[in-house]
Amino acid sequence: MNADARRRRQLASAMALVIVLGLAAGLATGSAGFSPSALRADLLDGNAALLLGQIRAPRSLGAALVGALLGLAGAISQGLFRNPLADPYLLGSASGAALGVVLVLAAAALAGHGLGLSSALWIERVGLVSAAFAGALAGVGLTLLLARGAVQTLRLLLAGVVVGVVLGAVSDLITVAAPDTLRGKQMFMLGSTSFMGWDALALLGAGLVPLLWLAWRHARALDALTLGEDSAASLGLDLGAVRLRLVLMLSLGTALAVSQAGLVAFVGLVAPHLVRRNAPGAHGWLLLGSAAMGAALLLVADVLSRSLIAPEELPVGVVTAVLGGGYLFWLLRQRTAV
Amino acid sequence: MSQHAPLLQAEALRVRLGAREVLRGLNLNIGPGWNALVGPNGAGKSTLLRALAGLQAPHAGQVRLQGQDLRSLAPGERARRLAWLAQQGDVTGELTVRETVELGRIAHLGLLGTPGPADRAAVERAMALTECTPWQQRRLHELSGGERQRVLLARVLATEAPLLLLDEPTTHLDAPHQVALARLLRRIAAERDGPRAVLSVLHDLPIALQADRVLVLDDGRLCADGAPTDPALQATLVRVFGGAIRIDADAAGRPRVALALEADR
Repeated sequence: MNADARRRRQLASAMALVIVLGLAAGLATGSAGFSPSALRADLLDGNAALLLGQIRAPRSLGAALVGALLGLAGAISQGLFRNPLADPYLLGSASGAALGVVLVLAAAALAGHGLGLSSALWIERVGLVSAAFAGALAGVGLTLLLARGAVQTLRLLLAGVVVGVVLGAVSDLITVAAPDTLRGKQMFMLGSTSFMGWDALALLGAGLVPLLWLAWRHARALDALTLGEDSAASLGLDLGAVRLRLVLMLSLGTALAVSQAGLVAFVGLVAPHLVRRNAPGAHGWLLLGSAAMGAALLLVADVLSRSLIAPEELPVGVVTAVLGGGYLFWLLRQRTAV
Repeated sequence: MSQHAPLLQAEALRVRLGAREVLRGLNLNIGPGWNALVGPNGAGKSTLLRALAGLQAPHAGQVRLQGQDLRSLAPGERARRLAWLAQQGDVTGELTVRETVELGRIAHLGLLGTPGPADRAAVERAMALTECTPWQQRRLHELSGGERQRVLLARVLATEAPLLLLDEPTTHLDAPHQVALARLLRRIAAERDGPRAVLSVLHDLPIALQADRVLVLDDGRLCADGAPTDPALQATLVRVFGGAIRIDADAAGRPRVALALEADR
């Protein structure tokens, strides 16, 4: 086995260990912070079924699944756009999903006045996932349209900024018109793992598994794209179709993640970086590795967000932003020190 | 296909980039052998190669590959018949040399096929021809410009396409590897197992004049096409390069080119 394969195996083992420990720590983290002794007491009390089965287990598993989706979407995005700074959020999918969510919240608030609370809740519940999905897709689509395809990286990133600003402004306008949506929007923007139950897990899992499989089937196309778009096309790839499928996967993954946990920052950007830096390889590895890395990162961040200021909680997106920002800053210092 | 049928034909080919017409009604036939495409900067050499590879849509005229309209061929079918090497290898990512060369087999394997013995043999052969085999596990970004160029050339050779379109394959190569490349191109073009054609853009005139045939492009038009020993072709070459080169013959009668420096004029 060569050195690269060994590094990949070591990293895979390390990530598996962190995920298992993170899930265990998630079960042992409650209103008293991280506390194995409180977990033991709960188990002895017979509270475990409710506390662990209905709250902590789905929440920790949900954090892992959301993290995996974001890591995968980040790796697809960076490969597709041939830019290590590409991130699903930079391309308008986040602002699109946020706008979708705000629209549903506003519709639910309006309907709440006209239709009664139960139908409003129904709109909110059923509508969020589809609104986030449609919004993310529309955001990325708009970015690609403005950038006239994904050929020029700079144009693409600029288009993503434009779409982000414009859709963000529309969201703001709606929240001004319907202030009831403000609180929900803020929760969404900060990211949270606290609302995930087993139904959310089923949805996330049902999305993640086929996306991992589909993305892995496109690993060779992403490898070909590393040679440049023209070279990839000359190799016999139908680039238009491949790009569209990758954008769909990326948007679906991002939309699923943000619809359940809001805009968790930096995981999609940092997870592929960590994999590439510690165990580089072709996309067959990078896609799966980034998903595992995303799961590990968000699990750890979730435990930290619940234990740092217990019994209060930090929004998990704040923790990932601080960790991710810190990592990128460290990376920057490493680069300039050379 | 008859012995003399061209692999590739361009008919009244016109290409615009923005407002500028870069190729202005160009006709050419490429048959088996090593064909060198030369001309001054901005003549349209790279654009012509991209149009012939199907990467740049012409606004008039057409390209025929083995008698078929290039646009009617599916991407995979086209890639099995012609391979293209970019002028500047704009490479990202973490692929190793071997993984990069294996990408040349996509046209045969699709996105999901598992490489078989024939694919592995093509990859091994391409790496051996370009002398990449000893460092096949290194990553592309760890290589020098010349080493990377050889890997990208190996990727093209691994396609085993009968037609190779190479844009400046000598870029970044040192003198020994330039000579090796010239020998390699001649060897590929003369291969026994089926007719193979190489069309390479070359700014290196000493190498270009080793080709079987030289095509001179100037201002979007083909202004000479013939053997490198043809005096009329040599005169055209000197003219399109503004008299900055001199061409004479060595003792064996092979064309020899040098820069016409100020003192020589």
